[in-house]
Amino acid sequence: MSETRTIKSRGAVTIDVETCKGCELCIVACPPRVLSMSTEVNQLGVHYPRLHPGCTGCAACLMVCPDFCFEVFRFEEPVLTTIEEPA
Amino acid sequence: MTTSQPAGPVLDSDAAPEGARKIADLKPDLLLTGEHNLCPGCGEPLAVRVYLEALQELGVSRETVMVAGIGCYTMFTGTVDLDLVQALHGRAPSVATGIKRMLPDKVVFTLQGDGDMVNEGLQEVLHTAARGERVTCILLNNGVFGETGGHMTATSVLGQRTKSSLEGRDAEYHGYPILIGDLVSRLQGAAYVARGSVHNAGAVARTKRMLRRAFETQLAGDGFSFVEVLTMCPTGWFIPTADGPDYMHETLGEVHVMGELKVDGMVKTTEELHAENVRKQHEVEAELERGGVDL
Repeated sequence: MSETRTIKSRGAVTIDVETCKGCELCIVACPPRVLSMSTEVNQLGVHYPRLHPGCTGCAACLMVCPDFCFEVFRFEEPVLTTIEEPA
Repeated sequence: MTTSQPAGPVLDSDAAPEGARKIADLKPDLLLTGEHNLCPGCGEPLAVRVYLEALQELGVSRETVMVAGIGCYTMFTGTVDLDLVQALHGRAPSVATGIKRMLPDKVVFTLQGDGDMVNEGLQEVLHTAARGERVTCILLNNGVFGETGGHMTATSVLGQRTKSSLEGRDAEYHGYPILIGDLVSRLQGAAYVARGSVHNAGAVARTKRMLRRAFETQLAGDGFSFVEVLTMCPTGWFIPTADGPDYMHETLGEVHVMGELKVDGMVKTTEELHAENVRKQHEVEAELERGGVDL
């Protein structure tokens, strides 16, 4: 039995994964905790962050990224993502 | 540090999402390229971002002369879109003095590290502050000589591990740290003295306001302005990159306390700054809860 849950995204980011050096500062800085590290590696051979639903567009990731990887966007109307969760 | 795994699928983050408004760019406009060779987890690019954004907001980037010291941040001398002079170790405040006296209409600031400013050229910055030169000095303080291998500097805190104090800095053997911000704030010529940090997004935003105020102090001709910024150096501290901000806040940040040390002639003590920080942290957390810090 699984339940569905709707996650509201008020913002989004683009991530320049090829310049990321894999420091993970954005992962710990993200207030809604919507960034995770990839299992794949980029051209530098390091893991990079990926975006999940729930971003608020607060730009905390951008402000702590030493490698200037993030661009931040905000939606006029929040985008809804429905996910299934195990009960 | 462990964080909970986010829920939901991985979203496409390669291209701009449709129907969204861009609120922040990849890199500051005054940086020609975001690429640099600094280590992963370095705090210095964050400080570079905020001072460039502060200059841009004030609209004085075309009238600005930067004097760079020698350190890892020298990496950016080739990529910042400002007039620039490179000074010898620790001599940047004196070079800046010369430039400001010849070109009084320019905004002149120095960018120095703790090894550069506090170890190699302490007298330069103190005399410049005491004379009340109308320049701004920015210190990137990470407690190690990052560029030359990560050994101890005069600002390393007691107990801090570096390449030359592997068992931690010992007061008996290595002496005590110099709190340069407190030192400068006691000099009459210093008009504005602040100490920022880049350990989280709220602190970065606060540091940007401090830098802006420092430049405004110079533009108003009030005297010497000084902003110290604590930056992470996980390579020099032998810690994982993701632990850098918290480590810095708990070790360096406890001794070099963040806050505005001198505003309008009023000097604040470490205890007063501590109390102020607790209050400000609560405000920033509430702001993030509402969905954004002021950019």
